[in-house]
Parts: sequence; structure tokens; C-alpha cells
Amino acid sequence: MSSRIPLPYSPKVLELFRNPKNLGRMDDANAVATAGSLACGDMITMYLKIDDRAERIIDASFESYGCAANIATASLLTEMIKGKSLREAWNISWKQLSDELGGLPPIKYHCGVLAVGALRRAIRAYYRGRAKPDWLPDELTPDEKHALEEEELMKILAKRISEGGRNSH
Amino acid sequence: MVGIKLRQDLLEQLEKVRSLVRTHGNPLREVYLDLENSGLVFEEALAALHEAYRIHGNPSITHRPGWRALEVMLEAELGLMDLIGAGGGEVVFTHSGTEANNLAIMGLAKASRGRRKIIVSQIEHLSVKFPAERLQEHGFKLVEIPVDEEGFIDLDHLADQVDDNTLMVSIAAVNHEIGVVQDLRAIAEVVKDKSPEAIIHTDACDALGRIPLDLEHAGIDMASFSGHKIFAPKGVGALYVREDVKLEPILHGQLSSQRLWPGAENIPAIAGFTRALEIFGKNFDEYRSRMRRLRDMLIDGIFERVDDVVLNGPRGDRRAPDNVNMSFLYCEGEALTVELSLRGVYVSSGSACTSRTLEPSHVLLAIRRSYEVAHGSILMKVSPMHDEKDIEYVLEQMPEAVKRLRAISPKVVM
Repeated sequence: MSSRIPLPYSPKVLELFRNPKNLGRMDDANAVATAGSLACGDMITMYLKIDDRAERIIDASFESYGCAANIATASLLTEMIKGKSLREAWNISWKQLSDELGGLPPIKYHCGVLAVGALRRAIRAYYRGRAKPDWLPDELTPDEKHALEEEELMKILAKRISEGGRNSH
Repeated sequence: MVGIKLRQDLLEQLEKVRSLVRTHGNPLREVYLDLENSGLVFEEALAALHEAYRIHGNPSITHRPGWRALEVMLEAELGLMDLIGAGGGEVVFTHSGTEANNLAIMGLAKASRGRRKIIVSQIEHLSVKFPAERLQEHGFKLVEIPVDEEGFIDLDHLADQVDDNTLMVSIAAVNHEIGVVQDLRAIAEVVKDKSPEAIIHTDACDALGRIPLDLEHAGIDMASFSGHKIFAPKGVGALYVREDVKLEPILHGQLSSQRLWPGAENIPAIAGFTRALEIFGKNFDEYRSRMRRLRDMLIDGIFERVDDVVLNGPRGDRRAPDNVNMSFLYCEGEALTVELSLRGVYVSSGSACTSRTLEPSHVLLAIRRSYEVAHGSILMKVSPMHDEKDIEYVLEQMPEAVKRLRAISPKVVM
């Protein structure tokens, strides 16, 4: 294995960063969720418009505060889930997104996993107050956990920094 | 079979980069401000490099080409000593500022016969911070001195920490990220007052050509320099070592003209370095005021055109004349470097996404910037080779780039 720092971007990431699809807030969405935070340096809000009867995604959009990989991943994911059933959308993994983008390097894992985390949160939000389908697990999936872990880690680090700052005054 | 796979991987990677460059396209106008990570080069320095490539000699060998190569090294040593106000001592040529910093810290630790404490500031370059951290594994104690919100060293804290166990204190004359200019003389006085034998090293890579240096007068024992930061060809760094400072080599190998840094000397780059030193020396005042003018035009112009911006580091003469570091709130820095690149403006960021870890710049965190502010930071450096038109172009592009990314961002209140 080469020890060289892997390339951050494939041409597809750059192309999607330049011309992202499905960008912006959706006012008539019936499922919305955010993953990440400003402190993490990565945050995605995912908007879904769902056909209640067919449990199918009619439209999807996103907003992103994050690096080019984050924007490209979210753009690609919203394209992939349009027209899919919620169950099909639920099963999309970070790995699929990464492969589709021509391979994201491991260090960009946390950027890409947030898009999946936001989508799954939005799907869970949709079923809150509705009958939960069998395929929706009670436990958080690894991709959701990663998103959560990153948020928690940043809270701890940010707290440590602000305490460190106070102590040295 | 492994060999074939490796070759295929490399070919794929190569095609990916080529395709990435094609996809990016050639911007109609380009302004290169990422001088932190790789310098521009003076044409005259490049010419000196070309000329010196015809000297084939190795300076440690006794023949005419060898003596000519030695001549190149001595000219460079003299040129550097003059510009930094060195007293007695020697210059060790390395191939980068990183190597010079490593030699200063590891070399001194290796030669130490007793003292075990190393003191650095919280905002040192990673090529000082990391070797100092590694020495903890070999029984050394590391102390990091805090800085205030502009990046200035807490001198009282420093005085408290220096004692008879202190081997060295390493504090950069000018910080590479936020441009804060430390008072080297005051630092040296504090240190020598508490322990005259403690060695003072300064990473002066960002100071050379930017601020007047008088190392002898300031009481500095060792100083590191980097060629590309004064627009010499890449591949040359230097460590000034005062005559009574004892270092051990940290590399071992073939006979060389330099005991402390074996291996083939980069004679052509060193010749280019000498030329760049001469240019900076001759035009020192003019360059300084030109850089300061461009720096302030950039800082003031951004404040006028973009809301929710923070300047990182001090203003005026207490800041290096070339350094601009600003945070654009609600804007992720790495995305902004890519967006600006598409517009032909090349900068870098202290965002976590550029650091290969989840942590943003340790320098910005040390001056109590929040994670949000650090993630939105952009570092730019101006040079005497830039002009007002370059800055005007950056000021045209920056508000548009920031606007686009802020429009994408979820609306939250910080």
C-alpha cells in the first residue's frame, strides 16, 4: 500500500459540487431531518416528499454545510432515492454512494456517512406516529450510529476547548 | 500478482487526477495566494538554479567542480547570515523548513546530557509540535505555553515554566497561520533570565523577508528557514546554529560537507536561495510596504463586501505584512477553497476537512476560536509579485463564492 495521502476527489465529486442536483429547502416536505452540526464542520438537512399510500419518495432535496465531498454525496443520494420506496431508500449504504462517486477516500467517510444518516433519520421521522414497518429496525444502524458518534465527539471536544480556554486566562 | 495490481491502482489514480484537472478546467484568470503550502518563485532565482545545474560537483569532494559547489554553499551561508543578523555559528542546509525544525529539536535532544524539558507555544507549526511531542516517548517533558486571543505568547506563563531542567524553548518569530509577530527579544530575556543555558530556537520560516531579523541582538540560538517562503526554488531549507550550541545528527549516511545533514546537497536550489535572499535584502523596505498595502486592501475589502467575517490574528505592524487569515461564518472552509479554485483563486483552509483528522487548525483553537469559526477559515498570503489588480480580482470573486456556499447551507443560528 502506498503511504501517500489519498486523493480527495474524483472528477464526479467536483462536477456535482459545481452543479449539485436537488439543492435547497422544500416547503411541502413531509419528512425532514438534519445530521451533523456546524461544530463538526459537516451538516446536512434532508427533505423528503413522500406518497403516503405507496410509501414512495416523490421528491427529495438537501441543504449542506460541508466540504465538496459532503455536497456531492448528498446530491447523488437525493437523485438515487427519487421514485424509490422508503424501504429501498433505507437500504442505500455509504459504500454504494462512495462507489457511485468513483471512490471516496477513507478520510471522507464521515462526510458521506452524514448524508445516509440524515436520510435514515428523515425516514424514521416519517414513521413516528405511523405504523412502523417490519423492515425498519428498532436499533440504530451502523451508519446512523456513526453520524451520532461524530456529533457527540464534537460536543465533547468543543466543551474541552472552551474549558481549556477559560483555564488559561 | 501484487505488483500488477499495484500498477493498476496507480494507473487508475493517475487517470483520476488527470480527469479531475480536465473537469476543473483552466480559469481565465488565476491568483495564487496559497503561499503557506507552496511558494511562487522569482525568475532570477530560477535562472540561478538553472545555471548552478551545470556545476556537477559535490562540495565534499576535492576537485574543481566540488570546490565550485562549495562556493555556492558558502555564498548562501553568507547571504543568510547577513539577512538574519547572525553572530558566530553555522548554517546547515536541509531540503525544507520541516527538516530544519526536526533537526533543531531532535538534534538538540539527542545531544542533551541532562536537561529534559522542552517548551513550545500552543501555536507552533506541526514540524515543531510533532517532534516535540514524540520526544515525550523518550523521557522528555513537553510544556505548551498558551497564547492570547491574538496569538501572543503569555510571557508570565513562560517565565513560570523555564527552569534548570529546560533544554529548549521553541517559539516561531512569525506564526505561519495567523501572522502574529512575537517579541523574540522579550522571549529570550525571560528565558535566559531564568536559565542562561536553555537554548532558544525560533521557526523563522515565515519571518524571513517579512520582518527585520537580528538574531544576535535578540539572543536567539537557533533559527529555521524555508526557501520556498522567500520564493527560492523548492527543495532548500536551512538551520542557523549558534557556535556554542551542540547538536547531534539525526540522519546518518554518506560523507557530506555537512556533519549535521548528510546526503547530497541540493546545490542548484541553494544557488536559487542565495539569489532570493539578495532580492529580499535589496528590496526589503519596498517589499514590506507593498505587501502590507496589498494585505490591508484584501482584509478591508473583504470586510466591506462580506458580512459575518472574522479576522484571525492581530492587525497592523504586529501582524506579518503578507498574512491574511479570515473566517467566513456559515461557510465550510474546504468547500470554499474548491469554489474559489473553480474561479482561479487558490487559497487554503484550517477546516477539519483539510487536516485529514476531525480536528480543525490547532492554531485557531489556541486563540479560542470556536470550531464553527475554525472550520470557516481561509488563509491567504500576498507577495511582492502580486499587484492591486490581483487583489481586486480576489475581492470580486470572494463575495460570490461565499454567497453561493451560504445559500446551500441549512439555515441555523450560531
